Amino acid sequence: MILSLDQVFVSGRAALLQMAGRVLPPVLMPWLSILMTIVVIAALAPAVMMYLTLIERKLLARMQNRLGPTRVGVYGLLQPLADGLKMLIKEDLVPRGADPLVHLLAPIMAVVPAILLFAVIPFGRNMAPANLNVGLLYFLAVSSVSSYAIFMGAWASRSKFPVIGAMRAVAQIISYEVPGVLSVVALMMVTGTMSLVGIVEAQRDQWFIATPWGFVGGVILFLSGIAEVNRTPFDMPEAESELVGGFHTEYSGMKFALWYMAEFLEAFMVCAITVTCFLGGWHGPAIPFWTLGLLLSVIFGTATRMWWPARAVLTLALLGATVVFGTQPIPSWAWFTLKTYALVFVLVWLRGTFPRLRVDQLMGLAWKFLLPMALVNVLAAGVWVLYRRPVLGPLTAGTLASTVMLVAAYAIFVRLNRPAPLERRTYLLAD
Amino acid sequence: MALVGSGVLVGMGVVFKTFLETYPWGRVLLRMVGIQSANGITTIEYPDVKQQHAERFRYFPFLVYDQTPENLRCVACKICEQECPPACIHIVGPAKDAQGRPMKANGRTFPVEFDIDTSICMSCRICVDVCPFDAIEMDNDYELSSTERLHGMVHDKQRLLKPAEYFRKIKPSEASVVDARLDAKKAKAAAPPAAPPAPAA
Repeated sequence: MILSLDQVFVSGRAALLQMAGRVLPPVLMPWLSILMTIVVIAALAPAVMMYLTLIERKLLARMQNRLGPTRVGVYGLLQPLADGLKMLIKEDLVPRGADPLVHLLAPIMAVVPAILLFAVIPFGRNMAPANLNVGLLYFLAVSSVSSYAIFMGAWASRSKFPVIGAMRAVAQIISYEVPGVLSVVALMMVTGTMSLVGIVEAQRDQWFIATPWGFVGGVILFLSGIAEVNRTPFDMPEAESELVGGFHTEYSGMKFALWYMAEFLEAFMVCAITVTCFLGGWHGPAIPFWTLGLLLSVIFGTATRMWWPARAVLTLALLGATVVFGTQPIPSWAWFTLKTYALVFVLVWLRGTFPRLRVDQLMGLAWKFLLPMALVNVLAAGVWVLYRRPVLGPLTAGTLASTVMLVAAYAIFVRLNRPAPLERRTYLLAD
Repeated sequence: MALVGSGVLVGMGVVFKTFLETYPWGRVLLRMVGIQSANGITTIEYPDVKQQHAERFRYFPFLVYDQTPENLRCVACKICEQECPPACIHIVGPAKDAQGRPMKANGRTFPVEFDIDTSICMSCRICVDVCPFDAIEMDNDYELSSTERLHGMVHDKQRLLKPAEYFRKIKPSEASVVDARLDAKKAKAAAPPAAPPAPAA
């Protein structure tokens, strides 16, 4: 029997457990199984974060006609390691008058939830680390802990810039949680489950982004996610030009690196949850694996700056995999990774395009536009579920009705949000 | 009325085009959809590739000699030392023999020491302008960093001496003007003294 590429990690884990079962008592086996998952996540999370920094720097550089890091390793691939080393050997400064314990705890408290979020994401078929039946609720709850960490760190620093930044951060996170949560309410209504695995399973035939309520919900969830993790264009809490660094102004060395790690992991998780909830999770069109295998081997084969033995080994390994697994469909975990990194690209793209929002624009977007849109979206999802009779070709009555509702709501909210025309004043003495 | 929010998409499109322009395959894609584009990368990877600078680019002065290093044009008149705004030039000379008479090489006095401090020089070229002998010129070599603070930054006479050929190579048009001036001076010196004015009749 040939190994299924789709289940390669699952069967690898099972094989390891079976091998351990020969020497270990059966009482320990569940614990070992859990430990293996934890080890994988604990190893994966920092690696993901490190290379996210590189990806962001490279992509952003290209959008600004620059090259980005190219010096450390081929194509700058060792840059994250160099950065990590630099962070480790830097002096750890704690301001005089700061609360040292809280100052130390805050970045840890920011990182831990970000890593905990990995626990419920289904990375592939049968590849959710934990299939919680309230996975979505868990995700929303754990991701909102970061506002405490931000305020703790800022308050413990005893410095004005961090406190201003943290006040903005907390206001922003709380505001954007409301439309974010409301956008997944529609999802729960349609799928009838809060388990992320169940939500992905429900998208077997149709990704929710292709439905009217799914499109609006996905955009709202993604935008509020970006705002919750304080990324450009919603990076008011750490606006460099006004607040030095925002809540992490007084941090240096490894603590600063932890703040960064939390931020990048949460950004990654925003992409992952959007993919899981609306972009079909690990589902993908049934394209045979040899297309991906050939594409990757061409990419590695033409990477001329790479050390040639490494290049040859990588290319040959990929070609071998293409030959062995060529006829199988592209594995589910590859689809998930592909979609998540596509959304990461969108994140960087947004950062490369837009300037920072003003505070009133930021709050206005959350409360006056996204929140009513999310409420209308709940209604539209209800209509979509209720009327499933096809009326116009494959289109159902619910689809048409909900599209009309959403477009009308968009037009109305845009009109309502138009800035009031300033009354023209004349100053007698000035004129 | 344009759709509200379409400006956002237009802006993102501009950024995406810029992104694609920096990759060869991106330019191929753009050409396939009918958009002409040039290489977007403006970075010059400095130690590997050097920027082409203009001929008149200048950085640091050097002393010019003709043919051999003993035959330097400088006569140690110290005008440049006096005129240098940040006072980075230090000259000891002209060289004297035991009796205190100025020594001459190739018919000219010469400096004993001639130091210029890289860390002070501000590349103003005033020394070149004031030199009556065209003995000092500006070099365009800018890689003068040193790991040693004192002797690495102060360039002494030996290090400053460079042949006139080098000057002609790096700045051909400026050198031709200087050469023409020097040739005219030489011709004037070599020419027989003008006929003495006719005695008053």
